[in-house]
Amino acid sequence: MNYEIIVVGGGHAGCEASLAAARIGHKTLLVTGNIKNIADMPCNPSIGGPAKGIVVREIDALGGEMGRNADKGALQIKMLNTKKGPAVQALRAQADKITYPKEMKKTLDSEKNLSIKEGFVEDLLVENNTIKGVILADGTKINAEAVILTTGTYLRSMILTGSEKHSGGPHGEENSKFLSNKLKEMGFNILRLKTGTPPRIEKSSIDYNKTSLEPGDKVKRTFSYDNIAYYDVDNQVPCHLIYTTENTHKIIKDHLKESSMYGGYVEGVGPRYCPSIEDKVVRFADKERHQLFLEPESIYYDDIYIQGFSTSMPHDIQELMVHSLPGLEHAKILKYAYAIEYDAIDSKQLKPSLETKLIEGLFTAGQINGTSGYEEAAGQGLIAGINAALKIENKDPLILKRNESYIGVLIDDLVTKGIKDPYRLLTSRAEYRLLLRHDNADIRLREYGYQVGLISEEKYTHFKNKKKDIKELETILSEYRITPKKNVNEYLESIETNTLKDGISLLELLKRPEVNMKHLEHFIEIPYSNEVKEQVEINTKYEGYIKKANKEAEKMLLLEEKEIPEDIDYNDVSNLASEARQKLNEIRPITVGQASRISGVNPADISILMVYLKRKK
Amino acid sequence: MEDTIVAISTAVGVGAISIVRLSGPEAIKIVNDCFKGNDLTKVASHTINYGHIYDKSKTNLLDEVLVSVMKAPKTYTSEDIVEINCHGGIITTNKVLEAMISNGARLAEPGEFTKRAFLNGKIDLIKSEAIMDLIESKSDEARKIALNQLNGTTSNLIKDIREKLKNLLSSIEVNIDYPEYYDIENVTENKIRKEIESMKSTLQELIQTSENTSILKTGINTVIIGKPNVGKSSILNKLLLKDKAIVTDIAGTTRDIVEGEVLIEGVLLNIIDTAGIRETEDIVEKIGVEKSISMIPEADLVIVVLNSNEELSPEDKMILEKTKNKQRIIVLNKNDLEKKIKLPVGIDKESIIETNTMEKDGIKNLKNKIVYMFHLEKIKTKDYTSLTNTRQITLAKKAYESILDAEESVENNQPIDIIEIDLKECFDILGEIIGENYSEEIIDNLFKNFCVGK
Repeated sequence: MNYEIIVVGGGHAGCEASLAAARIGHKTLLVTGNIKNIADMPCNPSIGGPAKGIVVREIDALGGEMGRNADKGALQIKMLNTKKGPAVQALRAQADKITYPKEMKKTLDSEKNLSIKEGFVEDLLVENNTIKGVILADGTKINAEAVILTTGTYLRSMILTGSEKHSGGPHGEENSKFLSNKLKEMGFNILRLKTGTPPRIEKSSIDYNKTSLEPGDKVKRTFSYDNIAYYDVDNQVPCHLIYTTENTHKIIKDHLKESSMYGGYVEGVGPRYCPSIEDKVVRFADKERHQLFLEPESIYYDDIYIQGFSTSMPHDIQELMVHSLPGLEHAKILKYAYAIEYDAIDSKQLKPSLETKLIEGLFTAGQINGTSGYEEAAGQGLIAGINAALKIENKDPLILKRNESYIGVLIDDLVTKGIKDPYRLLTSRAEYRLLLRHDNADIRLREYGYQVGLISEEKYTHFKNKKKDIKELETILSEYRITPKKNVNEYLESIETNTLKDGISLLELLKRPEVNMKHLEHFIEIPYSNEVKEQVEINTKYEGYIKKANKEAEKMLLLEEKEIPEDIDYNDVSNLASEARQKLNEIRPITVGQASRISGVNPADISILMVYLKRKK
Repeated sequence: MEDTIVAISTAVGVGAISIVRLSGPEAIKIVNDCFKGNDLTKVASHTINYGHIYDKSKTNLLDEVLVSVMKAPKTYTSEDIVEINCHGGIITTNKVLEAMISNGARLAEPGEFTKRAFLNGKIDLIKSEAIMDLIESKSDEARKIALNQLNGTTSNLIKDIREKLKNLLSSIEVNIDYPEYYDIENVTENKIRKEIESMKSTLQELIQTSENTSILKTGINTVIIGKPNVGKSSILNKLLLKDKAIVTDIAGTTRDIVEGEVLIEGVLLNIIDTAGIRETEDIVEKIGVEKSISMIPEADLVIVVLNSNEELSPEDKMILEKTKNKQRIIVLNKNDLEKKIKLPVGIDKESIIETNTMEKDGIKNLKNKIVYMFHLEKIKTKDYTSLTNTRQITLAKKAYESILDAEESVENNQPIDIIEIDLKECFDILGEIIGENYSEEIIDNLFKNFCVGK
């Protein structure tokens, strides 16, 4: 069997990777352990959130699938942080755990260059440090020019509840037993990570009177720039809020040693941002209560996910814990919470293209790289898929910069800094977040999507028209002047903004925090789409801040332009501090900018490196 | 970086021995080429070798020396270092230095050894600056500041402000990244306003103390100005003699224009343009005054000397006009004679002293005024927690400005994310001052302080 690109694993990274590879035009095979689990959501039933929601927009802008698919599966959508500034707003949707995978599977099936095969990849075909294909558990060899590993939590995974520990993937699925050992033999450093998931309870056994309602937004929203909403705004499925009780905390403290984590049964490193409920009770002992969300998993079945209640306690203690919660006194647990340990590779062994440094043509994406979250996985999967395709076409890889996208921030962090605990994107990881907004993902990235062949001509034309409209509207508003006439000032007074003494343009007026685009329509007609108006409004209002951020970014880009030759011998660069030399050798940054972000590499080392590079030329 | 530098690293003309120091890959070879004794290229590292230094032609003996050979990397600069202990006076030492230069070493720029130590990762930025200041410090007070900085007192003050900012920033971040945690307090504008207020005053005080104390290090550039025969030169001479001050006639001690240095309360007074004072007796008076006037922009302090016994001349008026925006002291000299002078209205009375410099204690009033004016008393009694060089003070001012920007954003009802941009900038700049900028600092703090997650 021969393919151009093989993707191993059908999770969120694998789906994006295989779709991108196939859509760019390469014969692609997706190998997955269980076809039924394609695009599965083994943990929370939601997509998006701060930073993550923007990643979904970026995926959509580049021509990936997650945004469209999340729109198809949305049960409820909210825009978060609407009052906190333009840059931190993000969408979060409750996504139906049946619809989401089903729709994704449909999309995969309809892709003509893509085949799907069930099986476990347990070894890789490698010749002269170059990938040649994969070997399945049954010994089948499949050849390919590039392979993308998106194995999620399935590498030597272990499920833990209390002192019970057994080999298996999420939902107790079969896992991959040998691949991580093979990777180790090939020179990869293997990390052991841990994450967890809360219990699911039966909807009908909950007393909702003791909970408070968490509805969706009253406006229609979509992740995708296609702007097709599939859900009924007036009939969104709500979430509910409850809090832990004193009794809950007592039960947890009394049985702490019985949990896998505190009983010492876990080797893996858990995520800081995603502590189990026992962690929260121990680490924040002075907090009287912790908030929990009851989130519906699907409209097709009865499971309710208790967000905030992940635990590795044994089943009987989980019963006690759940029943100590208000409204859940008689709740029926349908699935117990568990912790899961799995193998990941050291992401510092990757190039910024997500190709491994050790084996040419081998790419990795998603949880195998030490991240957590569906969105982080999908973002990497898309980039790995694109770059695998570009690789076999002998083209330069697509490397998104930190001032262009959260995906760029994510990948740069992974390959430059590495991880200790599972990595989650946060808005604070982006130093130029004012540039990386929910609203402008298409402006930032659609061009790249078009260049690599993932954006159709039709969508691209639409995008170009949007950009043209933005320019036009800005010109119109800057040329239309209002003067301190009586009726003008009367209107300004009515909208509680200062009256005029001299004439100003509408664009100037829009700069005032209390003035918005709707107010300008009092003066002239603005026949442009909401998206266009939004861009002009944000660009105008925050012009000063955006300029500042751009200036900072330019400083970074100057260093980013200075490429470091692949064959540089750091032993030849005299005067480097020994820690810096060792780190540079390990990470082998491709630009001086990347080098400057490595911890342990000081500004002095950077100036020495630059002097060296200059002299070499 | 690859060349070898050389300098006389002891104070010129002071002490029984002087040290000529070289650093760089060629250091050992350069010295060895004009050295008679052990073959320095073969001796062990960190050894002291007795021998003689010759000039380039190896015919003329220059000095009997001890040569310390220290090989990279365990040296101050991480490069090969050779130190030549010369026993001769300044002329011999200079000849040894010249020999090194003619053998291929380059004369080091001020602070270049320390710069290399820094570039080679031996010391951090703030330490290297402190060492530089130690070398440059001219008075005991300034030396104390430099030592203090090495101990990290200043760093700790900055760290305190940064810590406050860090907590504020992580509170904002947690609100942004975890918007649905209702139990976590929302950072309100009022809270930010309060925090800004406190940080603003801390920073402001630090900058002010720093600017005052920076005077300790560089000295107060002082111009004494007035018509001939009003007593300028006697003021200068009294200042100089009374305090057994160091008088250097060599231009270029700190700046080209400094011509005399006086210590008052441990603080250096740099008298600039002494020529303008001393020579007016002989030269047409106009030239002297005009020359002094051209120095006014450089001055931190202007001492205007007027004759109490005369009415104001047009020239006096011009001098008063030209110096009205400077820190100045107006000396009404010769107050033992009849007072005929009438100062124009609007002159700060605090700045006037009436005295007779020809008398024994006449100069005392002037000195007290200077101490008062520059809060020197205050500086003396305080512990010296302050920033001591221009880079640090400039950065602190930038940090202060970002706090002001943040304040403005709060007043303009900007959303929290926008306000945070300036706070973050301030945080980063403060980090730059103490050379600390760890990109995950805020994130670490966030997870340490807030209980969030699925």
